[in-house]
Amino acid sequence: MDAGTPGTSIPSLPRLGQSAPAFQAETTHGTIRLADFAGSWLILFSHPADFTPVCTTEIVAFAQIAPELRQRNVELLGLSIDSTYSHIAWVRAIEQHFKATIPFPIIADLNKEIATLYGMIMPGESKTETSRCVFVIDPNGILRAMIYYPLTTGRNTDEILRLIDALQATDKHSVATPANWRPGDKVILPPPKTIEGAAERLKAGYECADWFFCKIELPKDG
Amino acid sequence: MPCVKPDGTLEPMAQAIIRVLRTPHTAEEICESLRLPLYRVRSTVRELVEARLVAEADGQFSLTGAGAERVRQQS
Repeated sequence: MDAGTPGTSIPSLPRLGQSAPAFQAETTHGTIRLADFAGSWLILFSHPADFTPVCTTEIVAFAQIAPELRQRNVELLGLSIDSTYSHIAWVRAIEQHFKATIPFPIIADLNKEIATLYGMIMPGESKTETSRCVFVIDPNGILRAMIYYPLTTGRNTDEILRLIDALQATDKHSVATPANWRPGDKVILPPPKTIEGAAERLKAGYECADWFFCKIELPKDG
Repeated sequence: MPCVKPDGTLEPMAQAIIRVLRTPHTAEEICESLRLPLYRVRSTVRELVEARLVAEADGQFSLTGAGAERVRQQS
């Protein structure tokens, strides 16, 4: 029975701004809990299956951005519904054939416990594989962003780096980031919430198209 | 318990951590000493505590008697 069919219960999904669901998992780096990442940003991502071509390109792409993420205090954690032995064999095959080292752990979620908890399985696509999901969890364990891609389409790790930069800029400077923002671009001031605030905003010397749309440059270190 | 092999010996990372813990360290200090990510230290130290090779007090981790004996065997 497909999800959405009358009588089928649809599992609750994680929500932005709420605590990421806690878990303990067997991984290629041993038993890990979500709480072990406290104090770091975490990118929890799922792939459909080991030893498949698109997933191989993605895991290599994640490995390539791992050093840049580490500089930003971000850890990576992969997941699929495969065994630890399958993950180990895949990681070793990637080292051998693609000359890439996978420096982050991969969860062996054979019982689909975490996949279900995070809503990674899309029954309309596959009941046995996780979709290409990305969950960005902040150092306080709050779920800050989610990305879902279908089985057919590999993710863009450059966008994931950009997303991390944007979230960290928001936290550091209490600003928002416009479409296609990149570090160094101007950011958006939160709109005023009162008539008086709107009038003050226009007098404050910011670059404003209107009272609700003002941009500023961040300090060079930010 | 992945950090302890079936034959009772320790995985390399667990061995490295108990060597560091000849003097008490916090998890963060172990990270700095071994240049490991914090999540890896936390998970391994938790298993060493469960194996009663390491004890925690006020955020500091130190070897138990059994842990010190294990270090002596490795040296």
